[in-house]
Amino acid sequence: MNRPTIYFDHNATTPLCPEARNAMLPFLETAFGNPSSYHHLGRQARASLQSARRELAAVLKCSPAEVVFTSGGTEANNMALRGVAAALKDRGRHIITSAIEHHSVLKTAEALAGDGYDVTFIPVDAQGVVDPECVAEVTRADTILISVMSANNETGALQPALELGACARRHGIAFHTDAVQTFGKIPMGAVLEHADLVTLASHKIYGPVGAGALLVRRGTPLASVITGGHHEHGLRAGTENVAAIAGFAAAAQQAVSGLDTEAARIAALRDRFEERLLATIPNISINSRAAGRVPNTSNICFSGVESESVLLHLDLLGICASAGSACTTGEPEPSHVLRAMGLSSMQAQGALRFSLGRSTTAEQVDMVVGVLAGIIKKLREVSSL
Amino acid sequence: MQTGTPEDDSAQEPDASVPEHEEENPDAPYIFYNDIVIEHFTNPRNVGEIDNADGFALVGDPACGDQMKLWIKVDAGYIVDIKFKSFGCPGAIATSSMATQLAMGMHIDDAKLLTDDDIVRALGGIPSNKEHCSLMGVGALQAAIRDYEQRSSIKS
Repeated sequence: MNRPTIYFDHNATTPLCPEARNAMLPFLETAFGNPSSYHHLGRQARASLQSARRELAAVLKCSPAEVVFTSGGTEANNMALRGVAAALKDRGRHIITSAIEHHSVLKTAEALAGDGYDVTFIPVDAQGVVDPECVAEVTRADTILISVMSANNETGALQPALELGACARRHGIAFHTDAVQTFGKIPMGAVLEHADLVTLASHKIYGPVGAGALLVRRGTPLASVITGGHHEHGLRAGTENVAAIAGFAAAAQQAVSGLDTEAARIAALRDRFEERLLATIPNISINSRAAGRVPNTSNICFSGVESESVLLHLDLLGICASAGSACTTGEPEPSHVLRAMGLSSMQAQGALRFSLGRSTTAEQVDMVVGVLAGIIKKLREVSSL
Repeated sequence: MQTGTPEDDSAQEPDASVPEHEEENPDAPYIFYNDIVIEHFTNPRNVGEIDNADGFALVGDPACGDQMKLWIKVDAGYIVDIKFKSFGCPGAIATSSMATQLAMGMHIDDAKLLTDDDIVRALGGIPSNKEHCSLMGVGALQAAIRDYEQRSSIKS
């Protein structure tokens, strides 16, 4: 069976773009110096690191001094939450976040709760969106941080990062947003202006795995979580991954150039996908459809079937997608995001996420719709529900 | 590598406060479904319902990820027809299919002796995190046989 792969899982990771690859190659070959070294190889690496930082800062319209490179989104989220918590522990111990955050925020917030911080998890509405009013209501004198993602990774639902940032600023509270799923998908200038801390990841924007960044707005209180040398403005010790960082900066430049055209192209493909699915397959529902969404993400509940069974059928046909839950122990944990939106455990069992990207074509969309129609019909014939 | 100070023996003694990690079982022979499992998943045997069945069972909980309905027709103590419908993961569907294939034509006294291990063995193994799936097929079969026996004891 030699079917070409159809990749509808771009929210998980993306293939490396040629621009990123080319930017990386020198550092994988001859330019292997440590940016902290005195000699010419070190200076070369240091200069390359600085230019990558300048490039990313230009993309983000911030100062290079505000860019802290990390190993990826998870580390940047840990750095933001733990760093602010540690820096402001004498001022207050209340942290606000949402119920639909990525686990790198949720689990970190839970860990902080175990360390004596008071964490409030804000619920979302049926469309999977945080209500800024809710956040304002739970804000207290001892609130030190509000952390809400810019868009959800499972549903694509955009969060009111702007309003939240403004609210946080009014109250003198630090605002962090995990922008891993928005950066490179939609223009995000306004969000950047309203946030004190912004998490970015390279491998979601056609850069390599192993690089990410935390944008730290000047004056934001942040203790260093990883201690050691004076790397990254003293905020993140450890020899810099110059190759990955160079690839990340190149990928970021590429992602924002022509972003509007590409976002519109992908949005049209996503809409085509959803309209055709709705017309072809009965008893499906599209999650967060009434919310603003990043243009590439479609999260769909297929009633009466279990998502892993759909995934395997798709995979056998060369199609990559992903599920919110996976049955591994007999008690699968359905997606915390869909559950927070009020979906039943049963409904969440049948949810799949399709995330489109640069390689996606209308032909692929139509093929996946056709294939899905057959798979769902077949599984429903077997289903006891 | 740093060495611990004399009073710091954490390098030798595992810290009791360190949570136990969910370690991947090094003996787990399969990381993915094998061809037999996939074949039963893509072409499940004995799918459907039996009108006027002699025994029926409903097991599992769809809220927990799987559910199975099983119908049997019994003649002179033998399972002469068997049909199932399952909601669940590929492991659940494949083990349901194999359970019905093994039980088809069996005397109920023999069918009662079928175990989840028999199903897994017939499938040539199943990923360790999916082994629980085979319990559903066996559970449904035993429950359907019990239902048949209850019905026939009421009749007689």
